[in-house]
Amino acid sequence: MSYIVLGYWDIAAASVLLVLNALLSIAMGLKLERQLLLAAARMVVQLAIVGLVLKALFAAVSPWLTAAAALFMILFAGREVLARQTRRFTGWWAYGLGTSSIMAAAIIVTVLALTTQVKPDPWYDPRYAIPLLGMILGNTMTGVSLGLDRLVTGAVRERTAIEAQLALGHEMPWAIQPVTREALRGGLIPIVNAMAAAGVVSLPGMMTGQILAGVDPVEAVKYQLLIMFLIAGGTGLGVLTAVLAGARRLTDGRHRLRLDRLSAPTAD
Amino acid sequence: MLRVRDLVRPGLEPVTLGIAQGECVALVGPSGSGKSLLLRAIADLDPNQGEVSLGDTRREDMPAPQWRRRVAYVPAESGWWADDTGAHFPERERTVALLARMGLAETILASPVARLSTGERQRLALVRALLVEPEVLLLDEPTSGLDQAAAGHVETILRECLDRDAAILMVTHDPEQAERLARRQLTIEGGRIRDGEGAAPEGASQ
Repeated sequence: MSYIVLGYWDIAAASVLLVLNALLSIAMGLKLERQLLLAAARMVVQLAIVGLVLKALFAAVSPWLTAAAALFMILFAGREVLARQTRRFTGWWAYGLGTSSIMAAAIIVTVLALTTQVKPDPWYDPRYAIPLLGMILGNTMTGVSLGLDRLVTGAVRERTAIEAQLALGHEMPWAIQPVTREALRGGLIPIVNAMAAAGVVSLPGMMTGQILAGVDPVEAVKYQLLIMFLIAGGTGLGVLTAVLAGARRLTDGRHRLRLDRLSAPTAD
Repeated sequence: MLRVRDLVRPGLEPVTLGIAQGECVALVGPSGSGKSLLLRAIADLDPNQGEVSLGDTRREDMPAPQWRRRVAYVPAESGWWADDTGAHFPERERTVALLARMGLAETILASPVARLSTGERQRLALVRALLVEPEVLLLDEPTSGLDQAAAGHVETILRECLDRDAAILMVTHDPEQAERLARRQLTIEGGRIRDGEGAAPEGASQ
């Protein structure tokens, strides 16, 4: 593989564009310059740390260190799912439901891909495992947050309709079905859109990266297709788990709608 | 027929009451006193504790959907799960017969729910519940949004239910209606039934 190695001065030169943005902000009175520079500084520090951590991780090729990094990523993604809910479940369920769904989905799909398609040696080689998990996790996280949010807001909005059916002796799975269906659709639509737009509207980041790194475009496309299928699988699995488990949590053995298991909406 | 003993839920003091076959009991009291909470708890729509039974059968001995078909709750605000009114009434023939007696035309089934008036919705929700043929009706202000003629239709139909040995527990703000339909009144204030009013005339416990 051939790629052009960047020097630190090259990056510094590009960052001049950021300074231009800051000057624009000052000139136009946008009051964004502080935030802009802070965000940029944060990005530099975060990515530098990630680069160093990944370098150490790839050198070690330890199953334990790889697992620890994976767990850290999953728990962080779970926090992100929680942050995107306007109404949350009470207690441990608020964090647990979303996190366990993305954890199950992302681990199953990543391990499947590593052991049957990509097949690095050893199979847990972090150079493959961590980026794959990251891409699957990021998309599953988006789907699960959307799905759960739709489920909960839908159940609150459709409360009288759901309870009208319950009062007539219908069973809960039947009464809440329009809401769960809407939630599943909501969780899956982003990946459907992403697949439809791939290559025409957007050049997927990973494919672009591989091309820049000197990989043959056709080979890069093959990798991108694999990733898209894995992402679709992970999202589907995660959204299904989260929405069905959430719908179960919203009812009980007596077919009631248990909105009391939700906390008050968070202001945003 | 319907027996409730020491029913507890947030917002209610322990409630004990009984209703006999063919009896209508009016539930009166100021807003926010717990009338709707009581009806919802009897229908088992909210978590609650206590002994509730129909005849000799305890509520817990049957699946909740079956209980709610036998003890039907009709809330003051009706819920609709499809845009189309007709979709809520799968049994066309029996529906049409009952609609006519409520003073509603068959064509109402073809109009969207969003176009129905409050009074139409209220009567349709009652029709929907009656078609299940429940043994007990828990009605939350069944005629509050109706003009006199429509309320008269509803009362006639309810009286026929009583003649067929159904039992009715009805929230009402109309003392005259309570007088016309109900043999007894229960007053509920601050989540508790006024002393001595709960027990049924027959087979009630202390």
